[in-house]
Amino acid sequence: MSEAVVRHKVEDRGSRAASPGWFRRTLDSDLFYSFRRSKITMIAAGVTLLFFLLAIFASALAVQNPFDPAQLQLMNSRISPLWTADGQSPFLLGTDEQGRDVFSAILYGLRISLVVGVLGVLFSGALGILLGLTAGYFGGAVDGLIMRVADVQLSFPAILIALLINGIAKSVLGNRLDEMSMLGVLVLAIGLSFWVQYARTVRGSVMVEKNKDYVAAAQLIGLPAPVIMLRHVLPNTMGPILVIATINLALAIITEATLSFLGSGMPETMPSLGTLIRIGNNYLFAGEWWIVAFPGLALAALILSINLLGDWLRDALNPKLR
Amino acid sequence: MSAPFVQVRNLRRVFDVSKPWLNRVLEGGHLEYLKAVDSVTFDIRKGETFALVGESGSGKTTVARMVVGLLPPSSGNVLIDGVSMTDPRQAPARRRLRRRIQMIFQDPYASLNPRFRVDAIIAEPIRAFDLIQGERDIQARVGELLSLVGLHPDDRLKYPHEFSGGQRQRIAIARALASDAEFIVCDEPTSALDVSVQAQILNLMRDLQDKFGLTYMFISHNLAVVRHMASRVGVMYLGRIVEIAEGRELFARPRMPYTKMLLGAVPDLAMSGRQRVPVKGDIPNPIDPPPGCAFNPRCPLAFDLCRKETPELIDGVACHAVNTAPVPA
Amino acid sequence: MTEPVLSVRNLQVEFASRRGTLRAIDGVSFDIAKGEVLGVVGESGAGKSVTGLSVIGLIDPPGRIAGGEIRLSGLRIDNLPPEEMRRIRGKRIGMIFQDPLTSLNPLYRIGDQIVETIRTHLNLSEQAARRRAIELLAEVGIPAPEKRIDGYPHEFSGGMRQRVVIALAICAEPELIIADEPTTALDVSVQAQIISLIKRLGRDHGTAVMLVTHDMGVIAETSDRVAVMYAGRVAEIGPVQDVVKNPLHPYAKGLMGAIPTLAGDDKRLVQIPGSMPRLSAIPRGCSFNPRCAFAFDRCRVERPEPLPRGAQSVACHLYDSVPTESAA
Repeated sequence: MSEAVVRHKVEDRGSRAASPGWFRRTLDSDLFYSFRRSKITMIAAGVTLLFFLLAIFASALAVQNPFDPAQLQLMNSRISPLWTADGQSPFLLGTDEQGRDVFSAILYGLRISLVVGVLGVLFSGALGILLGLTAGYFGGAVDGLIMRVADVQLSFPAILIALLINGIAKSVLGNRLDEMSMLGVLVLAIGLSFWVQYARTVRGSVMVEKNKDYVAAAQLIGLPAPVIMLRHVLPNTMGPILVIATINLALAIITEATLSFLGSGMPETMPSLGTLIRIGNNYLFAGEWWIVAFPGLALAALILSINLLGDWLRDALNPKLR
Repeated sequence: MSAPFVQVRNLRRVFDVSKPWLNRVLEGGHLEYLKAVDSVTFDIRKGETFALVGESGSGKTTVARMVVGLLPPSSGNVLIDGVSMTDPRQAPARRRLRRRIQMIFQDPYASLNPRFRVDAIIAEPIRAFDLIQGERDIQARVGELLSLVGLHPDDRLKYPHEFSGGQRQRIAIARALASDAEFIVCDEPTSALDVSVQAQILNLMRDLQDKFGLTYMFISHNLAVVRHMASRVGVMYLGRIVEIAEGRELFARPRMPYTKMLLGAVPDLAMSGRQRVPVKGDIPNPIDPPPGCAFNPRCPLAFDLCRKETPELIDGVACHAVNTAPVPA
Repeated sequence: MTEPVLSVRNLQVEFASRRGTLRAIDGVSFDIAKGEVLGVVGESGAGKSVTGLSVIGLIDPPGRIAGGEIRLSGLRIDNLPPEEMRRIRGKRIGMIFQDPLTSLNPLYRIGDQIVETIRTHLNLSEQAARRRAIELLAEVGIPAPEKRIDGYPHEFSGGMRQRVVIALAICAEPELIIADEPTTALDVSVQAQIISLIKRLGRDHGTAVMLVTHDMGVIAETSDRVAVMYAGRVAEIGPVQDVVKNPLHPYAKGLMGAIPTLAGDDKRLVQIPGSMPRLSAIPRGCSFNPRCAFAFDRCRVERPEPLPRGAQSVACHLYDSVPTESAA
């Protein structure tokens, strides 16, 4: 080795230690710092986490399986919440007409709502990311076609699209669907109505990232386009995708609830929060307010928490607002 | 004598800068083209440093991207070691050639993928060309490359954001060397760096050239840096090479009036009080360049012919005033 | 002796960050006399722009001036209320930034912007102000100023925009102009024109100019004196000829040798190992000591204070032991 080259070795002694582990890096990151500085965000994250835990451990926490008719007893019907004069243990939030525990129904309904919401977000995200990546990376006619479809779809409200897809799916598959297929139809409807936002955002980020030189460096060594897209470009567009996914989770849950409330969502045999609200609505003027109020409150709290998280994430990831 | 390592012939690149079709139809207006590069021809010999120098809009970066194959030329040809970078029939040969061509970019903050660890960045060419098998050997090679560019082998476990601009440029150089490249196109490699760091990088590049016999194509707007690095220099103005000469010759005896003006405009650290050609005017809009020689509105020697006819590159200069021999008295 | 136009004494600027307080400027002192161009040169992170911004009172929170004083023709300006400082900016201190578009509003004709600035600071009628604006545009070398005055910023090229900004900076006949990297965004051929323009302004109007740039060549062409900054301190200050041809501070020496020149031969460039420390990790003692080939024990513990050496002043322990010729 020539002497001149050796001489460079002395430079940049700098910090020699290797990068700290993943956990330490997270604790030290700006994102985590801004998280810890925002009380509202921490509460929102706590509430969201709580809802997810409640949904996951629903069967363990519920006093009964509210949709197993064998476990329901008519003598327990229309009991008001525990703290009112007519309250009865163990029915914390009261019961409905068939003696179903409202708290247990919420836990199970939450599970359905979150499953539909998360699957809907994953499906619309995957579809939107794929189309956005393709449009942004290749540009030209492919881009034109995908983005015009997106434009057209954006001119209809998402809920209308979801209703439409729902209707089509039902007429194709027949009106008598079992619960699981109904869940699938809902995920499909939500996914197809929300992909546009992902596609647009990903396309925008891709068009910025693909002109950066690290992409040129990858092209130079002859990596094929799909590899460059997935390995190099996509990970660098994840920030905005994460923000949209969070906000869309709330939107997806609301859309599902709306569809169910309108009667074209989850059936009563396997209700989501929206279905519970629809059922409870019938008893509101009969004085049994708790049947609708508590599912409604649960839904509102969940949506609010997720939205607050999304807002924080958007601000924290936006370098302009730092 | 064998053919030059790199042969660039009549390279031309036109960009469509028209408004979108719908706007053109509704608002009127027609197709507009930007001739970024036109009639560019030069050779690069093995082991030399050929520099392209020019101001913004001169098309030097576009030439660099066409030479390495990142951008297809509108017409013209690039031959590297006899293999055409454009001919579809030579695709297999070109695939073998790729390993030997690398590029160093201007912005060390954009040329390294921020999500990749340094070892993944440097090992990518090694893996893409399947040069070394086995993770342990690849990591050893990455460590070796890092030492070669003046970093520590353990730096491979860090992320790009943990490094300064100069250190990142060292990582980019290590990546370029990872595939045992012979020809490295350097697009303004030090213009984003501070002078003391620039000196480190320029010295490193020269040491590596001596050690491995690298051939450089060096793109820069900084004449002093070009003077320091290049054995041969092409001066570009609005998409064309206006003068091409051996480095020493060009800086000692510039011939084209634009080269003279450019040299005169460089701030003079030595404060020698040397004679200067005063600078006048701005670089014209490349979408609508002046007819004839693009430099004619700013040129002290311009005459009728310059406003009508674009001068050819003859004997290293594209200038009517230089090439038209004065009428013997 | 006449009072300097700008006098900065022991300036300290701090930035509060989540990892504690960072000192960006630590004890910077210099003067600029009437008609003098002081070049402030340094690499990124040296604190040269922050110095310029503190003079014009544009240090925004979390940054603040933590100590020292800044005087403009004797008037202390570092502790003025923002409203008064705003009146001084534009009237008594002109500003030129790297990107002309930060100083020009894209929605207004350039003439309107100049006229407005003139009328804010000088008691002139609309017509008189417009005539003055045309004169100014002509002075900074804009061809056909009576036509171009009604143009919008986007209709001007980069170099022309910078000329407009210069016209804007000098329109109230300020005593001092702060130019922060005024030529960095421009092409070499355009840069040369702007340099000679700035030089001429100092000479013709007697304006003091503080020229902040990373480009030693620009300083050599333009300035009378130069301050070389490193890690928030002035390493060396003196007449530009002396500092360029006979730099004293090891950093200044390295810096001069690291710059490739047109006249230079092909020898290796002088190389300073390492890079400028981050603000959060400025070494103890002399901040340059880890990169300095001449560092000795004292450099690692004690911070060097500026020592006069002839017309130059250098903050380096190497010059402390040796008796200076002029100090005797």
